[in-house]
Amino acid sequence: MNKPFSGNNSRREFVKGTSLLAGGILAAPLLSRANFFSGSDDTIKIAVVGCGGRGTGAAMQALSSKQNVKIVAMADAFKDNLDNCHTSLTEEINNSIGALAKRLDVPEERRFTGFDGYQKAIALADVVILATPPGFRPIHFAEAIKQGKHVFMEKPVATDPAGIQSVLATAAIAKQKKLNVVVGLQRHYQNSYRELYKRKDLIGDITSAQAWWNNDGVWVRPRKYNQTEMEYQMRNWYYFNWLCGDHITEQHIHNLDVINWFKGGHPVKAQGLGGRQVRNGKDHGEIFDHHFVEFEYADGSILNSQCRHIPGTMSKVDELLVGTKGKIFCGAAHIKDHTGKLIYQYDTKLENNPYQTEHDELFAAIAKGEYKFADTENGASSTMTSIMGRMATYSGQVIEWDKAINSGIDIHPKVYDWNAEAPVLPNADGHYPIAIPGVTKYF
Amino acid sequence: MAASSFIYAQENNFISYDQPLLGSTLRFKMVPIQGGDFLIGSAENEKGRNKEEGPQKKITIAPFWMSAYEVTRDELDVFLKDESTSQNVSVDAITRPSPQYVDLSWGMGKEGGYPANSMSQYAAIMYCKWLYQKTKIFYRLPTEAEWEYACKAGTTSAYFFGNNVSDLEKYAWYEKNSENTFHKVGKKLPNPWGLYDILGNLTEWTLDHYDEAAFEKITNNEFKVAPSLLKYPKTLKGGSYLDPATELRSSKRIHSDPIWNRRDPQIPKSKWWLTEAKQVGIRLVRPFNQPTEEEIKQFFKAYLNL
Repeated sequence: MNKPFSGNNSRREFVKGTSLLAGGILAAPLLSRANFFSGSDDTIKIAVVGCGGRGTGAAMQALSSKQNVKIVAMADAFKDNLDNCHTSLTEEINNSIGALAKRLDVPEERRFTGFDGYQKAIALADVVILATPPGFRPIHFAEAIKQGKHVFMEKPVATDPAGIQSVLATAAIAKQKKLNVVVGLQRHYQNSYRELYKRKDLIGDITSAQAWWNNDGVWVRPRKYNQTEMEYQMRNWYYFNWLCGDHITEQHIHNLDVINWFKGGHPVKAQGLGGRQVRNGKDHGEIFDHHFVEFEYADGSILNSQCRHIPGTMSKVDELLVGTKGKIFCGAAHIKDHTGKLIYQYDTKLENNPYQTEHDELFAAIAKGEYKFADTENGASSTMTSIMGRMATYSGQVIEWDKAINSGIDIHPKVYDWNAEAPVLPNADGHYPIAIPGVTKYF
Repeated sequence: MAASSFIYAQENNFISYDQPLLGSTLRFKMVPIQGGDFLIGSAENEKGRNKEEGPQKKITIAPFWMSAYEVTRDELDVFLKDESTSQNVSVDAITRPSPQYVDLSWGMGKEGGYPANSMSQYAAIMYCKWLYQKTKIFYRLPTEAEWEYACKAGTTSAYFFGNNVSDLEKYAWYEKNSENTFHKVGKKLPNPWGLYDILGNLTEWTLDHYDEAAFEKITNNEFKVAPSLLKYPKTLKGGSYLDPATELRSSKRIHSDPIWNRRDPQIPKSKWWLTEAKQVGIRLVRPFNQPTEEEIKQFFKAYLNL
């Protein structure tokens, strides 16, 4: 499907070649950094695809990286989202110290809207930030890699098994092309997690784990007069699986990802329960408000995972790993033995801003012409873990990894257009079909 | 109604009282702070002193009540869960903070008397506005001067109990004894004027916009700080459970910083919650002479732009 790597090198790859050549004359005195780059302009050009709150945040972090970067293009399905993003960025830049202002250069003609705006924005950049709702990630990622761009993409990287397969295929091409890809699973870039990971052997073999994302939930964007069904779902995207993947995927992925990371692999099967007890109105689409999943790894160890979006209930976002010799408490950033004795405490005063570190490290590598980041497989694996969990709670059946990832299940619309048919539709009284354990079947 | 007339009856006596929190069974204790003169700032020879703590100036403080304890999460929750108030709406005069994206007590404790933490100064002032609507009593954050006056309680030493750091653990949760967590309010000894945890536990928001040269500008015993809608920097006092002893000195001044919200992944960042200010809390004051309704309206307009 995807074209093999063509001989048509991108500018950034060319830059890399030049810098390697320049390495031979490093001993020469007073060689300015600009000499490492082709031509006089060493600016790294960025396109932002997906201009919501998180896309705007990621854009600001890219601008705040130490490198000579410039945002040159933006794309969003909605014009108002895009313009709000530009306004917020301008304000944020004005509040910042230093000359960031020149780093935002997106005149009207480089602001692209609609479902296909991303292609035009990507074409103008060296690095692409992908931060739309996750359902679009597979096609946007494929396009960015096809065009030879480095990528920062937000988690999750897909919402269904077909999307996972697409992302994995693209990841292989990105590797061939030596394109850096960072996935916004920021705990991998957080000092406390990195230090805990280094010391994971203090607890021996990991025999079980727990993960929580329990809180009040997120925003709702009620239906407005005159919206097509597609526009409504795109606005209120959190509540539709093709766009969001349910909160077990959209948020809880962070916690599942930590357990996979420390376990060094993904679970092989899952079973669980869930439903929608409180968040069950017409504007709550089709997703559940709670899931509890028992994930089993190849060695038989169990991850108990819970995520809940119900106001007024116990709130907790954390991970706990239990080993033969002790426990790792990720939130508290410490390790204890089984008698409760503290055996390691991370000094939380040294904590970094992992969202910023993601960008600092990515752009530093790109500026140096280094190929350092290939986060995609891990991102896909953790996303698939969450999708397997969702399939387990929706069906009430045991879901096996191999079967699920190879199922070809595709929950996306056939056509992306404001007037196209949405993949799920409300019934006569405005409610959407909801998965029913015991009735909903995948296999 | 019965509750508030009870309070007005006591007002003449200027003694401590318990303010009921409507919509709950909670009450928070307010203690009287008599007006008077004091020296703001630290002496030049005070150990650990910073330049911005001077020059020392004499200022006059009008009487007020101050909360005996840091505002608890139980109390703040009555506001956060008040379904009759809108949530995170920019056009409403009083609106509740949006929910926390993650648990910003960071597992240190919420129910049963733990101090409320991680709120922005904006959220703290909105809480005061909500309290005014509910109680008709004007509560607000202390000015820096009021806070320092109440904390010092007539003393001139580094701490209200003297200069002996080894006594600090009797009065405060700080780096040495906190075990890296904040604690339920009121578990240590109070200062001479009945204020618990005024040093340590959580560092407390004041109303004032921070100016490192503020004391130089004090004239006629008056310390005036103009309201500013700029988000940063604001003055905080008292030090926290994370801080070493020297940060808990009565005259120590710190200020808020954009870094306190750096880990909010979204832009615009939350105006309600701070991702990296788990050591920050609030204590309320009530001026002895309540301003007029119009003045109160102007006050909230100046500090909340509403």
